[in-house]
Amino acid sequence: MATVTEPAIVLDGLTRRYGERPALEDVSLELAAGQTLVVFGPNGAGKSTLLRVLATLLRPSAGSASVLGHDVRRDGWAVRGRIGFLGHDALLHGDLTAAENLAYHARLHGLDGARERIADVLAAVGLERRADDRVHTYSRGMVQRLAVCRAVLHDPQVLLLDEPRANLDPAASELVDPLIGRASGRTRVVTSHDPAGGLAEGDVALGLRAGRAALLAPAADVTTEQIGDLYR
Amino acid sequence: MSAPSTLGAARAVFAKELLLERRAPQTLIAMTLFSATTYVVFHFALNRDSVAGNLASGVLWVTITLASLLGIGRLFVSDRDEGGLEAFLLAPVDRSALLLAKAAALLSFLIALELVAVPLFALLLLGPTPSVGTWLRLALILLLADAGIAVVGTLVGAIAVQTRARDLITSLLALPLLLPVVIGAARSTAPLLSELGAGTLPSRWPVVLGLYDLIFGLLAYALFDYLVED
Amino acid sequence: MPTSAKLYGTRLRGLAIATFVILTAGFALAAFYAPIEADQGFSQKIFYVHVPLAIVSLCGFIFGGICAIQHLRTGDPRHDLRSYTAIHQSLIFCAGALVTGSIWAKAAWGQWWVWDEPTLVSFLIVFLLYATYQPLRFSIEDPERQSRYASVFAIVAGAFVPLNFAAVRLANPLIHPRVLNSSGGSLPNDMRVAFYTCLVGMGLLFITLWKYEMASKHTRAQLRSLRRKLQSDDQAPVQGRSAAPRLTAP
Repeated sequence: MATVTEPAIVLDGLTRRYGERPALEDVSLELAAGQTLVVFGPNGAGKSTLLRVLATLLRPSAGSASVLGHDVRRDGWAVRGRIGFLGHDALLHGDLTAAENLAYHARLHGLDGARERIADVLAAVGLERRADDRVHTYSRGMVQRLAVCRAVLHDPQVLLLDEPRANLDPAASELVDPLIGRASGRTRVVTSHDPAGGLAEGDVALGLRAGRAALLAPAADVTTEQIGDLYR
Repeated sequence: MSAPSTLGAARAVFAKELLLERRAPQTLIAMTLFSATTYVVFHFALNRDSVAGNLASGVLWVTITLASLLGIGRLFVSDRDEGGLEAFLLAPVDRSALLLAKAAALLSFLIALELVAVPLFALLLLGPTPSVGTWLRLALILLLADAGIAVVGTLVGAIAVQTRARDLITSLLALPLLLPVVIGAARSTAPLLSELGAGTLPSRWPVVLGLYDLIFGLLAYALFDYLVED
Repeated sequence: MPTSAKLYGTRLRGLAIATFVILTAGFALAAFYAPIEADQGFSQKIFYVHVPLAIVSLCGFIFGGICAIQHLRTGDPRHDLRSYTAIHQSLIFCAGALVTGSIWAKAAWGQWWVWDEPTLVSFLIVFLLYATYQPLRFSIEDPERQSRYASVFAIVAGAFVPLNFAAVRLANPLIHPRVLNSSGGSLPNDMRVAFYTCLVGMGLLFITLWKYEMASKHTRAQLRSLRRKLQSDDQAPVQGRSAAPRLTAP
């Protein structure tokens, strides 16, 4: 069995500016494969920006970021096939059914055996009976569950999750856990507003404030007070 | 699992666009109704029961051009509202696939529009009755012009959807850029709809239209990435 | 970035003087030295203002397109500033060409506007197109996207200009014989001297104004950056929406 020594995610002086303001400034870290990076910080601190740069939706203004050894700027192609992104938008068309939405995403990712895969993920989150209903008839929790399906459909090695438990009740949260939680065994970058829950879920904690890394340590060594300080 | 080819991805996006329009048919219906109403407006504004030659060509092409503005404005709205653009950007596909798909979608809408609007025009306002041969030549001009409108429309639509004044910017940008299409199409169509029986199709105008389509097609292909990538 | 102010500020005075001298000489030559055209009379002399304005504005638009290509290739916002300045100045020159063209039409053919003068019509279309440049910029808030989209527009519009001229010219069955179609070849000698002097003068005017505006913008950017360094981030004035590209001097 080959041991993977290369880190899954490497950030080196990553900077992203919006006009004159820096959304991210000089963030550097390494994340090993299979580990979870949990990102804390007040609104506007740069959490979503960080995820979007890793997802190749935004280009770094300076510095570099690489996922699974591929630079996001130069090898965007290679990165995209291997990541699953769950942002604030579900990225689903309300007028299409759940199955149609997933089929579309499957085609965009060149997925073979799409039909079985779609049936599997829908069953995993408990939406199999609503597969042929249009998404605009779904409740918010159901939309979020479907968005999780979309994110993991192509079996990505890295998950980028922006507040994944939003709109999910505890039962639904349990359903998505094997797909996007610790149990999934994938490398994950998760943003969180919940200090206790977030620290429990992560291996490494990153605290952002005004775009800068105010805190970077193994999650076990971080206290909830330190997280709270970020918000002051 | 392998990354889909550009054409394969374009086909997927194109199929989705058509599916969306079938589910919630807004754009096509609006464009068709708009054309019909415009004919009525022309009837009253020109105070004529029938038109021929240059006048007929003018009425037809003004109507088609203005109706296409509706289609151009709506082309990227669903992507912006429902995050369709991001979904595409997250996929390991060439960005040109989006350009191909959107231009093909707009072209399809225009063709579908004209299948109704042109016979309607013949019914309501056109004086002379064209022969089958004339219809075929007219179809060729329509196709060439539609291709130009589709390419320029996709570019303008992609630009306009990111601005705060989408509908204004659409008209302001698209109309001057489409003028060569209007010139070429109108000048080609006029002799076909002449009262004295259809004349010959002047060969220079289809060439101009074809050249326009080619140049803007290449330009759009070269520049589209800069519009969608952040 | 102290060097940037120097780059655009030097030679401005010399350039301005040269412009003034040459342009005045050109107008004087046009008014007094060049012969009065037989059928059109003294008012034909507007040609010496109209054509240089037209040529310089077209060159300005093309130059704006080239700077836009540079901007997209390198991402350097200074190219965007060059493009922006060139285009909105060319727009003013284009408006001038339209107005003087209209005056000439009145003098030559008795009407303030003629549709069968394809070049004039093409200029009208070009004017209408480029007039949307600034509203387009203003309607996009994100400065980076604004620059990028403006550059795409500048390139498309720049490619459109020759297409437009060709299409309009083809659409026109009659071409009035006129002095406009001269590239110096059909002009008699004394007219040629006056014309070229005016052309060079107008070109210099464009360049001087362009450099002046670039220097002004760069200086303002430096001032802003210095102010920001002296104050904390919160106290720095928030920039409102603007159509002009914003330079960030480090």
